[in-house]
Amino acid sequence: MLNLSNGLRRDPGKRMTDTNLLTTITIAVFLVMYIASILILGEGFRKPQQMLNLISTNAYLIILSCGMSLVMITGGIDISVGGVTALVAMCCAVYLDQGGGNVFVSMLIAVGIGLAFGVVQGYLIAYLNVQPFIVTLAGMFFARGMTTIVHTNPFNVENESFVALKDFRIVLPLLGSYTRKGKYIPATIEIGVIVALLIVIVLFCVLKWTKLGRNFYAVGGNKQSALMLGINVKRTTFVSYVICGLLAGIGGYVYFLHVGSGSPSHAMGAEMNAIASSIIGGTMLTGGVGNIIGTLFGVLSLELIKNIVASVGLDQAWWTGITIAAMLCIFLVVQSVIIARRKKANASAAAEKVPKGGVT
Amino acid sequence: MQNNKMAQIWQQISRNQILIPFAALLLLALFNLIADPSFFRITLKDNANGDPVLSGQLISIIDSGSELAILAIGMTLVTAASGGQDISVGAAIAISGSVLLRVLCGSDSRSEEMQAPIIVAFLIACVVSMLFGAFNGALVAYFKIQPMVATLILFTAGRSIAAWINNNELPIVKDPSFSYYGNYIPGIPVPAPFLIAIVCFVVTWLVLKFTTLGLYVQSVGINEKTSRLNGLNPELIKLLTYVLLGLCVAVAALIKVSRISTINYSVIAKDIEMDAILAVALGGNALSGGKFNMAASVLGAYVIQFLTTTLYKFEVNAAALPAYKAVVVILLVVMSAPTVREKLSALVKKINGSASAEKT
Amino acid sequence: MREGSVLELRGIYKSFPGVKALQNVDFTLRKGEIHALMGENGAGKSTLIKVLTGVHTKDDGDIWLKGHERPVQIHSPQEAQKLGISTVYQEISLCPNLSVAENIFIGRGDGQFVKWRSMNARAQELLDSLGIAVKATQQLASCSIAVQQMVAIARAVDMECSVLILDEPTSSLDESEVAKLFKLMRKLRNDGVGIIFVTHFLDQVYEVCDRITVLRDGTLVGEYEIETLPRVQLVSKMLGKELDDMADIKEAAPAYTDKGGVPVYEGRGLCSTEGISPFNFKIRKGEVNGFTGLLGSGRSECVRTIFGADKVMGGTVMMDGMTVKITKPREAMKHGIAYLPEDRKRDGIVADLSVRDNIILALQVKTGFFKPFSRAKAVEFADEYIKLLDIKTASDNTPIGSLSGGNQQKCILARWLLTHPKYLILDEPTRGIDVGTKVEIQKLVLKLASEGMSITFISSETDEMLRTCSRLLVMRDRKLVGELTGDQLTQTAVMNTIAGGESRAE
Repeated sequence: MLNLSNGLRRDPGKRMTDTNLLTTITIAVFLVMYIASILILGEGFRKPQQMLNLISTNAYLIILSCGMSLVMITGGIDISVGGVTALVAMCCAVYLDQGGGNVFVSMLIAVGIGLAFGVVQGYLIAYLNVQPFIVTLAGMFFARGMTTIVHTNPFNVENESFVALKDFRIVLPLLGSYTRKGKYIPATIEIGVIVALLIVIVLFCVLKWTKLGRNFYAVGGNKQSALMLGINVKRTTFVSYVICGLLAGIGGYVYFLHVGSGSPSHAMGAEMNAIASSIIGGTMLTGGVGNIIGTLFGVLSLELIKNIVASVGLDQAWWTGITIAAMLCIFLVVQSVIIARRKKANASAAAEKVPKGGVT
Repeated sequence: MQNNKMAQIWQQISRNQILIPFAALLLLALFNLIADPSFFRITLKDNANGDPVLSGQLISIIDSGSELAILAIGMTLVTAASGGQDISVGAAIAISGSVLLRVLCGSDSRSEEMQAPIIVAFLIACVVSMLFGAFNGALVAYFKIQPMVATLILFTAGRSIAAWINNNELPIVKDPSFSYYGNYIPGIPVPAPFLIAIVCFVVTWLVLKFTTLGLYVQSVGINEKTSRLNGLNPELIKLLTYVLLGLCVAVAALIKVSRISTINYSVIAKDIEMDAILAVALGGNALSGGKFNMAASVLGAYVIQFLTTTLYKFEVNAAALPAYKAVVVILLVVMSAPTVREKLSALVKKINGSASAEKT
Repeated sequence: MREGSVLELRGIYKSFPGVKALQNVDFTLRKGEIHALMGENGAGKSTLIKVLTGVHTKDDGDIWLKGHERPVQIHSPQEAQKLGISTVYQEISLCPNLSVAENIFIGRGDGQFVKWRSMNARAQELLDSLGIAVKATQQLASCSIAVQQMVAIARAVDMECSVLILDEPTSSLDESEVAKLFKLMRKLRNDGVGIIFVTHFLDQVYEVCDRITVLRDGTLVGEYEIETLPRVQLVSKMLGKELDDMADIKEAAPAYTDKGGVPVYEGRGLCSTEGISPFNFKIRKGEVNGFTGLLGSGRSECVRTIFGADKVMGGTVMMDGMTVKITKPREAMKHGIAYLPEDRKRDGIVADLSVRDNIILALQVKTGFFKPFSRAKAVEFADEYIKLLDIKTASDNTPIGSLSGGNQQKCILARWLLTHPKYLILDEPTRGIDVGTKVEIQKLVLKLASEGMSITFISSETDEMLRTCSRLLVMRDRKLVGELTGDQLTQTAVMNTIAGGESRAE
């Protein structure tokens, strides 16, 4: 008995769960990058508003990444979120501009579109066992195509109550800064940030403290075992896609609130950013491991990297794509190596342990 | 008795894969015949250079479907061996095309003469493209990352890398001989891309005939364990299929770039990965790997081009096309989902059963 | 239902395409007993358990459970749990990414929220009371396999079940852990829980069980009190040979004589990642020998090591007196070794490919990438062996997956014979195929040996081995424990060596 527990104590890294380990790495990477950029690059990075702008611009990405993390934890993937974002923005824009409509109804439209995508894709994946990637790839192309069908050209929304909502800023005390002339500029964030943070908190709680949340992890960890442990695997998978679709709808609206226009080219590549953020945030592609807080820092790291790349002079557009891909590649390979090492460790543990319980 | 016979015939039909794309082709042809018979008219006209060339909708289909058909060859192999698809082919075409132009134009993007023979540039592009293929293949075969996720990296970075290779300039090749490959070779009235595609088909046919590639790829795709026990190296074979796809990408890139003698990094071969996957699926090949029928995939590619051309003819916006194709994909995967198949065959049996019961 | 029983199965039938897995099986579990369910591979133990736990749905028959007036229907593992049937599977069915405590409590109980503090406390209490030295908050994947298995047991025990199924739970436990498990089982028995215990370790059966039910080929052989069934008789019941038959002397196989000279194959100190003790092995030209032992004794692992199918961890190999390296199947094939694997479906056939492609596969790989056989040549090869082995197939173009098990097996045999191996390993070539084909394969083995091929033959059916092999190597607990030749080759001697321990009949 004793030697068993000793064996565990030998390796302290092993006692941390995978989720916590990967989240810790992400947060550490983010902090190191942020502090380094303040110390070395200085200037803009020293102002809190810089960071707040970064969060405001990417509030929608935080929301999309939350949904993405959820399906990835359950062992799937959803690449339709970017397309859904564009479709939501376009539909709401057309409604507000031409239907002369109500802001509240436009929110319902956004949520409705997101849910519809989630339900259809979830059904195909969970109950008909179609590969998630194919289904959601088709979903993405469908959403992109529909966006153009709804309206071909980009345009700005001029609905008054919407514009008021769009321009509304929440002032944060104490974080403001002074200009050279000594004028105080208050620090502000957009409404979307509040929505995003609320979603992060709610989803974090759901994943941590509800049975449904833990079922997502169980299904992602091992589908067969989850079934044997008495979990309704199909329903759990289905629910994860519905929530992801819903969040894509909300994220789409937050994006719309930020840009205030509809365009077929909106949120291009957002799904890839969301996947990259989730992976960098410590969510494993193979499922079962991930953390919403990690995802939040994944998004922030990704955007910070973009800013850093731009401010060190590599401001050509392609550096962004290459940097994200490189980061994605590194994190993917790290994950793959972790899995391989775990398997190897288990195999050697099994080999060491020749059973002796039989007849003698 | 009759039911039996019908069932037999039905079995034979459903067993022969090539009938699926063939039926789709007939359906489309019939539709066009009814809607507008002039669709099938082929005329001999003089083109801008004064050479007599064939023109008409059908010619445009075999012309612009060529890149897709060439990609379908490689995609079929990748699908069969690894049970997943490469979604980075569009981005890889951008890279390969960019390399091609870079070598041809040297450092001066507006040079009057080509700086290197076309064949040298093409070979270099092939090597680069195959290296990127090997990168994808290595992630899939050795790091065991799902194909679609592994190729996501290049999908994200590809177009950025392409822009980076030429410093974001758009080199233009002024030598007319370069444009032959994407248009017409003087004196031959058939579009050159189609001729290149035919050369590719012949080479593929020869490779499949004079090597054991087909047998190895299928057996790895169907049963990796058995393949290993029969002395195959499944990892190496998977890697090989990705490298071969890289070669196909380079050829497709040559045609794409030659068509306009220049390149647009963000638009070139956009969404072609979706079409290539669709071609494989339409050819009746299981997207989860295993047996393949190359001819069916190639025919599938032309059927898709037929569909695209038909949609264009009915003045569907180019950006809206994905929506229609997505619907086709979803229908295809749903029809081929095992659960749906089981239910359908049960339904067929039931109908047959009640029909024969009525007779007696 | 009879008085005192907690579970009764009556007339259970279950078949899968092509296999009758269970036919008219009865089973009774009394309150407060430990009941061993015994049988060789394919006897139907796992199917019976999967029917009970709702993984498979039975075709016919009734399941009676104490406290229910009508037979119960079990459609899913959740329903089985709710009915008070909890199960510990041989393959650990827990989620490696969750904590120990979560694995104990997930999928159970009411309410929508997880109370971590109380859950961890309860789990720790449970683990401590069972003497499992692990922290409840630890991630399961970081525990050893044995601890994981104990956690699965803890979960099952905590579920207030009336029926506890233990499906080979001890295969990954060491002696002290097994002792602890037995203590726990006895305690539960005294609390009135009915326990179904599946194991292939005979000692364990005689240590804890009260009663034994034996299955063979999907049918019930009988139910016995432990005192009335001595060990050798149990083995004979499992293998389907009465004691009288065991006096049989083998007929056809030539006597083994060690003529000396250089062996075709000789391995020293071989071991692989699959956890078998290092073993020595050699075979001479024209010799037929065999590995025998109960399921899980390591006989397949031995031949897999010889062929390089598992990762080889050590040992030296000589072929015809030359030291060679064999760590991959490809290298083994190059040196003229052929291996027909145990699990035909997983390791043998390439289901969607034609009979022809399946037959030529190995020779094609040996011949090389740039030298494909022409279609005519391939057809010739295939037709030759289809005729030679009398493979019943519509044509050489039929997908192998649509053939019957026996014909599939012949195709794979044809595949390896086509490579003209020096040394042929046959791992359970006769499993799950009809009697006629079995005899054919045995005859073929003897014929090939007489032509000078060396053959290792493994079968669960001892009489088959006795008929064909001139030398038997006996495995027990993943160790080579004995070698039988000449006069020693009798059913009784084989069974005694397999069973170990008290070695006399009666």
